[in-house]
Amino acid sequence: MAFEGLADRLQHTIKKITGKGKVSEQDVKEMTREVRLALLEADVNFKVVKDLIKRIKERSIGQEVMESLTPGQQVIKVVKEELTALMGGEQSKIAVADRSPTVIMMVGLQGAGKTTTTGKLANLLRKKYNRSPLLVACDIYRPAAINQLETLGKQLDMPVFSMGTDVSPIEIATKAIEKAKAEHQDYVIIDTAGRLHVDQNLMDELQEIKANVKPDEIFLVVDAMTGQDAVNVAESFNDQLDISGVVLTKLDGDTRGGAALSIKAVTGKPIKFAGMGEKLDQLEVFHPERMASRILGMGDVLTLIEKAQANVDEKQAKELEEKMRTMSFTFDDFLEQMGQVKKMGPLEDLLTMMPGANKVKGLKNVQIDEKQLSHVEAIVQSMTKQERQDPSIMNANRKKRIAKGSGTSVSQVNRLLKQFDEMKKMMKQMTNMQKGKKGKGFKFPFM
Amino acid sequence: MSFMDKLKNKFKKTDTEGVSEKYKTGMEKTRNSFSSKINDLIAKYRKVDEDFFEELEEALISADVGVMTVMDLIDELKLEVKRRNIKDTKEVRDVISEKLVEIYYGDDNESIEKLELNENQLSIILVVGVNGAGKTTSIGKLAHNLKQEGKHVILAAGDTFRAGAIEQLEVWGERAGVEVVKQREGSDPAAVIFDGIKAAKSRKADVLICDTAGRLQNKVNLMNELAKVRRVIEREVPGAPHEVLLVLDATTGQNALSQAKTFSEAANVSGIVLTKLDGTAKGGIVLAIRHELQIPVKFVGLGEGMEDLQEFDAHAFVYGLFADMLETSEDEE
Repeated sequence: MAFEGLADRLQHTIKKITGKGKVSEQDVKEMTREVRLALLEADVNFKVVKDLIKRIKERSIGQEVMESLTPGQQVIKVVKEELTALMGGEQSKIAVADRSPTVIMMVGLQGAGKTTTTGKLANLLRKKYNRSPLLVACDIYRPAAINQLETLGKQLDMPVFSMGTDVSPIEIATKAIEKAKAEHQDYVIIDTAGRLHVDQNLMDELQEIKANVKPDEIFLVVDAMTGQDAVNVAESFNDQLDISGVVLTKLDGDTRGGAALSIKAVTGKPIKFAGMGEKLDQLEVFHPERMASRILGMGDVLTLIEKAQANVDEKQAKELEEKMRTMSFTFDDFLEQMGQVKKMGPLEDLLTMMPGANKVKGLKNVQIDEKQLSHVEAIVQSMTKQERQDPSIMNANRKKRIAKGSGTSVSQVNRLLKQFDEMKKMMKQMTNMQKGKKGKGFKFPFM
Repeated sequence: MSFMDKLKNKFKKTDTEGVSEKYKTGMEKTRNSFSSKINDLIAKYRKVDEDFFEELEEALISADVGVMTVMDLIDELKLEVKRRNIKDTKEVRDVISEKLVEIYYGDDNESIEKLELNENQLSIILVVGVNGAGKTTSIGKLAHNLKQEGKHVILAAGDTFRAGAIEQLEVWGERAGVEVVKQREGSDPAAVIFDGIKAAKSRKADVLICDTAGRLQNKVNLMNELAKVRRVIEREVPGAPHEVLLVLDATTGQNALSQAKTFSEAANVSGIVLTKLDGTAKGGIVLAIRHELQIPVKFVGLGEGMEDLQEFDAHAFVYGLFADMLETSEDEE
């Protein structure tokens, strides 16, 4: 199954031994084989896999697992611990120089996403740390690279320093720092040209820039889709520049991202940030322990909880619960709830973070059409206050009006009403039973 | 003549003809050490046993050939070795390369790598891919190649999303000496390409190459946008697009398979441009793509210069994979 996720694979194998009273050496062998295949398919470098498997095997065959009461659980624990240990702890701090400005250098292969990440990082520095960064266009090779950074600067309303394509990047970088000092910019982010790690001339150029500007951070920007070669790239850049951290880009794709493990293993340098989309605010702190648990199919529960906490007002949530119990849940509440769900980010992201979500048939690879959501929203908004409070007054004329007002059709309105009704029933059941058995599939109207 | 000799000869021939000068420099390291390396492996493993296969497996995986493809290959090899009663590693090397080339070509003949363009009327090439694969650069190089062949080429700046993308294509247009049809950043890509088609028709161009914005294949809306672009082209010029090229970064791992699959569903990909092959990445995943989805590689990018887009040579490619594999084996000793 070429497109089967790492999580599925491990879960499938683990299921085989969970529930077994005793685990034999043969079981462990079989399982580590599956783990190995899964990791390789996820693009983790084969040498890294080899070491990892060796450790997992040793620990699994040892007393720790075989003599425990729940061997299956123990093996999962071992695998998770090893992955987590390999990924290391969370480190997203950005250096602050004793004397301003702090200098950050962005390096990497062509097309990794350096320029976009430069813009995102500047945005983060301003938003989260209240800094004022200066962006520096040192990519004099790729056509229109300077232009790209300047456009990003305009979008962010931030200064961009450039000297065209006829000046050496070393000079540009040096001048930029003088300028930042003069104009009291406290951060300087240097965007360099993409280059192959085997291109010695260009690697020398980076070393020269480094020697001249003495950066406080050197971030290696790596495409999350990178395959086995990630180790070569990371190793070369690290050997020659002693990078301080890694930014993993395009993690919003469907890649399994095994490169993250490889890079960490060969460089020992932390992955600090992750690019999660094309918008300039989509740079997130990289959570290694969560990545490990995501790999194991345990869901990214922490992220989900964090997102929910940040966006859902606790008081509102309490009120909602009260309403659910008393059955006074109206379309107004529904609208509010939808707004909160939307604030948490794309629904697909939320789903992938839910434990077990990848096991539910039909939920896997589900693509929620955000447009559907706005249709639902439009329908509710086209209702009168009275209708929202008490949908039972709905009649053909009202429905027609609502459909017209929301640019949808009567059948769509009908569907929503019916689903809303079912949802209310579900809620009643749920609150009645509390730890209820599964009903006939609870579905949000927009799914 | 054994298969490997044939392969070597084929490679030598291209060298002397000077056709693949870039191939040569791109793969020089592996080429020079090839014969000694293969002998080393053979010497190291006199017998074809489990260890030999394990090392072979790892070596192929390290070239991103893909776990499933490698497993299948190894199984077939084991069977073949048993069938022919091969005990000596010297004999097995022929079987290995035979199988690799077989995976690539399947039952097809070997002329699948050529670009399929109309002779006397407008041909349209649509170029698609994920962000940062090298679409715009490949278009620049392709435009240059076609111009050199005496074709009248026009480019359509369909990447209206990424900052600086239009300017980037314009620079390539200038370098190659071809016209670029564009609109403002943020405009509808389908509209830009429609303009491009109109311009190409009125100026009686031979080839129109359409750039598109990079998109990750799991973004449904963006893939729908691509399907729309394709429909516009189909509607305006019957039989078009004549080629839909997926630009693939050679450093990409297993995700490339998902890219090829999803882009094909949206835009019916007819060929692959494998970029950045001048690094240490081997792009072995194209074997799996060819094998599973029957999409051939048409070009490889071997550098940043204008001349650095070459027609794909499967024999040289497999040779490169194989040579590097031996190098890896030796490193581990």
